[in-house]
Amino acid sequence: MMAASSDPLAPAVDLREPSGWRRSKNQIMTVLMWLAFVIVLIPLGFVLVTLIAKGADAISWQFLTNSTIPPNVLPLGVDGMGAAVVGTLEITGFATLLAVPLGVLGAVYLNEYGGNGILARLISFMSSVMTGVPSIVMGLFIYIIWVLHFGYSGMAGSFALACLMLPIVIRSSYEMLRLVPDALRQGSYALGATKARVTLTVVLPAALSGIVSGALLAVARAAGETAPLIFTILTVEQTNPNLFSGPDTSLPLQIFSNAQSAYVGANARAWGAALTLVAITFILMIVARIITALFTRNTR
Amino acid sequence: MEEQQDQLKVQQDQEVLPQLDIPDTAPREIPAGPTVFDVQNTSIYYSAFRAVTDVSLTVHENEITAFIGPSGCGKTTVLRSLNRMNDLIVGARVEGDIRYRGVPLYGSNVSPTAVRRRIGMVFQKANPFPKSIYDNIAYGPRINGIRNKGKLDEIVERSLKQAALWDEVKDRLNKSGLGLSGGQAQRLCIARTLAVEPDVVLMDEPCSALDPIATGRIEDLMHEIKSRYTIVIVTHNMQQATRVSDRTAFYSVLRDEKSDTRTGVLVEYGPTAQIFGDPKDSRTQAYVTGRMG
Repeated sequence: MMAASSDPLAPAVDLREPSGWRRSKNQIMTVLMWLAFVIVLIPLGFVLVTLIAKGADAISWQFLTNSTIPPNVLPLGVDGMGAAVVGTLEITGFATLLAVPLGVLGAVYLNEYGGNGILARLISFMSSVMTGVPSIVMGLFIYIIWVLHFGYSGMAGSFALACLMLPIVIRSSYEMLRLVPDALRQGSYALGATKARVTLTVVLPAALSGIVSGALLAVARAAGETAPLIFTILTVEQTNPNLFSGPDTSLPLQIFSNAQSAYVGANARAWGAALTLVAITFILMIVARIITALFTRNTR
Repeated sequence: MEEQQDQLKVQQDQEVLPQLDIPDTAPREIPAGPTVFDVQNTSIYYSAFRAVTDVSLTVHENEITAFIGPSGCGKTTVLRSLNRMNDLIVGARVEGDIRYRGVPLYGSNVSPTAVRRRIGMVFQKANPFPKSIYDNIAYGPRINGIRNKGKLDEIVERSLKQAALWDEVKDRLNKSGLGLSGGQAQRLCIARTLAVEPDVVLMDEPCSALDPIATGRIEDLMHEIKSRYTIVIVTHNMQQATRVSDRTAFYSVLRDEKSDTRTGVLVEYGPTAQIFGDPKDSRTQAYVTGRMG
């Protein structure tokens, strides 16, 4: 007030951002953050652009649905990748069915029931170890304990993929359950709910969207796996509608074999299959997000 | 919108806020109804730590009983032992005899779930479930097996009306309970507790996060529902205790010089007017007159 009366034009207080090193530091950090963001986006953008540029030509209804995969020598436009699309959907879908419920239940046990007990610590440790197992080793494992006895099948592939997904689902679901505030559990207990009720009606719904995110991450990872399938489903050139018996094929396997080929047609098919795989994963993510949003529209 | 309405209510409510002082005419002795809780020589431990020592008191039907005292004196611990919420804390242990309507609460064939269906609890921080307002209220009845939509509608409306929240939320029952203001959320939690028609409502500092207006509303609400429920409230606010309660229990911290350990003790228990107007214990006197704690 005193300053204002001596010079009516001077502002009474300086509310601008503090000058000097502090302001510069703020600006430098902001620039660095944006830079990091852009650098992260570059490879992602390149992958997408390349995929679309090289794969879009291959995509047609026939390419996506024709049930015969042509020999490498044939040009693009003959037959299609339908067998691999069906195989990927079946094998990944069944693996999801196996791994996600099991993984979520495991995480519920770890966070809600196990406490600090021996079993809980063992499960937690084993799932960490499983995260580190190379995917080809999972394939070999299923090959030895299943394929050698019962033969190649899409289901054997699902087993291998489920083994890869399980630790991811357990870990991510566990982290999400941990974030559910204890006050919610107490509120439910105070109304006379049993532990199972508290878990089913309060804890799981509160963590649902996070659990779905984790599960999607696992599905996306599994859909793109090649190595564990080599030993478990072999490969075929015709659609195998039976998930439970006989060799099968999948998009990653077809990308692998077609991309290795010297023929132009095969290479184009590999690009097309790669774009199809990315598109399938993308559509799956969006659908799952929409469904989760519908289920949790009152949770925010 | 809510805040504006709350602001507008400020002037109106200021005059009807309960008075802080106890009138001299307030009864120093009050008739006691049937006993709801009979706590005898009870000590409560968290592992090796003895949080409260040798508490004895009785809680009577259709009364509001207030627990007051400085931080760490074990008021909340005693409250949580009354509906076995302490069972959820690893290492918590109750020694002594706590009877609820004559039945030992910690008897071997007593189910904590059954206890909590009769003895509800409202927490310090409002904890609405991340569900719609309707589903928040219907949660308790549903776990008790009520599935009939008409019956649930009726319970939701009755409970929200009892908690004086119906008019504010009746048009958005399907919106999230997380979108309510602090005071509304706390009344939602009270309504949720009343929806299961408990016998007793335990309140753990229900107003400590609320402004005076919201606090006033909840205190009015307590007066209104007291004819049908028995209420035990923990409060840090002594004025609140004088405004709402019939009886007051004053707890304090006892420090053992030799072992340098602390434990909560019940210093004095009696009609609120007597505790604040004519305390028998010098520690109570010091606390209620503001010279300690």
